[in-house]
Amino acid sequence: MSVAVPAIGRPRGAPRAGKRWRARVAYYLPAAVVFVLGLVVWEVGVGVLGDAAFVLPRPSAILAALGENWGAGRWPLAKAAMATLSEAIGGLVIGTVAGTIAAFATARWATAREVLLPVGIGASAVPIIAFAPLMNNWFGVLNPLSKMMIVAVLVFFPVYVNVVRGLVQVDASALELMRSYAASEWTILRRVRIPNALPYFFTALKVSATLSLIGAIVGEYFGGANDVLGRAIVQSASALRFDVTWAAIILGAASGIAAYIAIVSVERLVIPWHASVRGEGP
Amino acid sequence: MTDSATGGSTTAATSDAASHVVEIRGVDKTFARDGRVVTTALQGIDLTIGKGEFVSLIGPSGCGKSTLLRLIGDLTEPTSGTVTVNGKPATRARLDRDYGMVFQAPVLFDWRTVEENVKLPLEILGWDAGRRQARAREMLELVELQDFLRHHPYQLSGGMQQRVSIARALAFEPSILLMDEPFGALDEMTRERMNQEVLRIWERTGITVVFVTHSIPEAVFLSSRVVVMSARPGRITDVIDIDLPRPRGFETREQRRYFELVTAVREALRHGEPRDAVGSLDRAAAEGAIG
Repeated sequence: MSVAVPAIGRPRGAPRAGKRWRARVAYYLPAAVVFVLGLVVWEVGVGVLGDAAFVLPRPSAILAALGENWGAGRWPLAKAAMATLSEAIGGLVIGTVAGTIAAFATARWATAREVLLPVGIGASAVPIIAFAPLMNNWFGVLNPLSKMMIVAVLVFFPVYVNVVRGLVQVDASALELMRSYAASEWTILRRVRIPNALPYFFTALKVSATLSLIGAIVGEYFGGANDVLGRAIVQSASALRFDVTWAAIILGAASGIAAYIAIVSVERLVIPWHASVRGEGP
Repeated sequence: MTDSATGGSTTAATSDAASHVVEIRGVDKTFARDGRVVTTALQGIDLTIGKGEFVSLIGPSGCGKSTLLRLIGDLTEPTSGTVTVNGKPATRARLDRDYGMVFQAPVLFDWRTVEENVKLPLEILGWDAGRRQARAREMLELVELQDFLRHHPYQLSGGMQQRVSIARALAFEPSILLMDEPFGALDEMTRERMNQEVLRIWERTGITVVFVTHSIPEAVFLSSRVVVMSARPGRITDVIDIDLPRPRGFETREQRRYFELVTAVREALRHGEPRDAVGSLDRAAAEGAIG
């Protein structure tokens, strides 16, 4: 049976699932090997140097400290990590919502664009973290909201600038096409600008995931409830319990990575069509 | 629809004044900066296009052929003169969705499948889901992409993408198809196949086509009339009737008459260049040859 197959071109075939897995393993394997090797060198090297174990605890010692302080002790790290992570996520949500709303207003009104965008770009150069003591003062040192606000301010600018870009930087021909359909501004926003902005939005979110943990932890350095990662880091370090300090740092890193992975997973669901998700990006 | 018995007749030959789809009268288009005219893109353009005609606009870059197309489609406005489409101002025609547009880039949306891309104008026009689906499939069949409904644009070759773009432009049955160098980015062989495809669609739908190109063979092969333009200022220097018999196919490109017409268009393009000294000086200066 002959099928009328167009003679011009052929769709690029997607790689089969098995092949894709093998490719993925091959991609991550060198990094994993280097990581494990690094741990081994660290473990053995610190053992050889002896005294260094005090300043730089061995991975095994850090792991032990993590186990001891997981749910009990002076620094219950699991609880602290949860508290810090919820501050980070709370701030991420507040900052993202605010940044997105500001971006829509900016993209919609040319006047807003002329006023807000330069201010936004300028303000993003300010070391926001310097405002941490102020936020603690405004919202209360013990109130998680003070840390959320630090995070929110930190997250606001990347989200704002990226979403504006995504809404405004639309292919001129796409706009002419919509004009030829006599489409309303609202239709153009819904059918062209918003889908166009989604990849930019997720780029901003991925940057913000790590920023939000930095913001929350550094905010906690300037004071906060006891059972948070930032306080655990400051206090264990001043008590010379560097093994606990390292354990807290590792939990902070793990939380950041978890937040990042969560965002990437959502991104894959929402914009499977985008080059960055398809794995064909630059 | 074609009359091969008499050999030389074209489908456009029967059009009369009453069936003019496009009527351009005394159009100038200048671009100004700080209130001072910096470019005269078009000067004194008069052109009428009949129903069912296939008209190509050809000329060197900077002759304003794309600007002229955009004026017809109300994507830009004339500085003076009038553009009438289907007996009404171009803006009214655009609001009535009289235009199908095809650009050099396919302008497909990656977040939509091939089928959803074709449905886009129908959604905007408020068609119900069943009608949208039926029409999108019909159109994709017309461009022979019915097996690629659920593909995304990035999974298609450039030629296939441009066919989707054509299907989308025709989906809501506009009365005039405006094509702005639609095959300029394709290789020569793909371009020739696409030419054949466009002719087949044109013959089946009877739609009026205005086609911008800088390829002489393409213009001659496709058109019922070729409008030759020249640059600085952009103006129409010649209009050549293409009396090649239809349907046209592979053999058309090997006919003696075809070569004669290609030569005629080439000559017309050459004569369109500025003849007087001032003109050539202007032109040379504009091109940076004199400094």
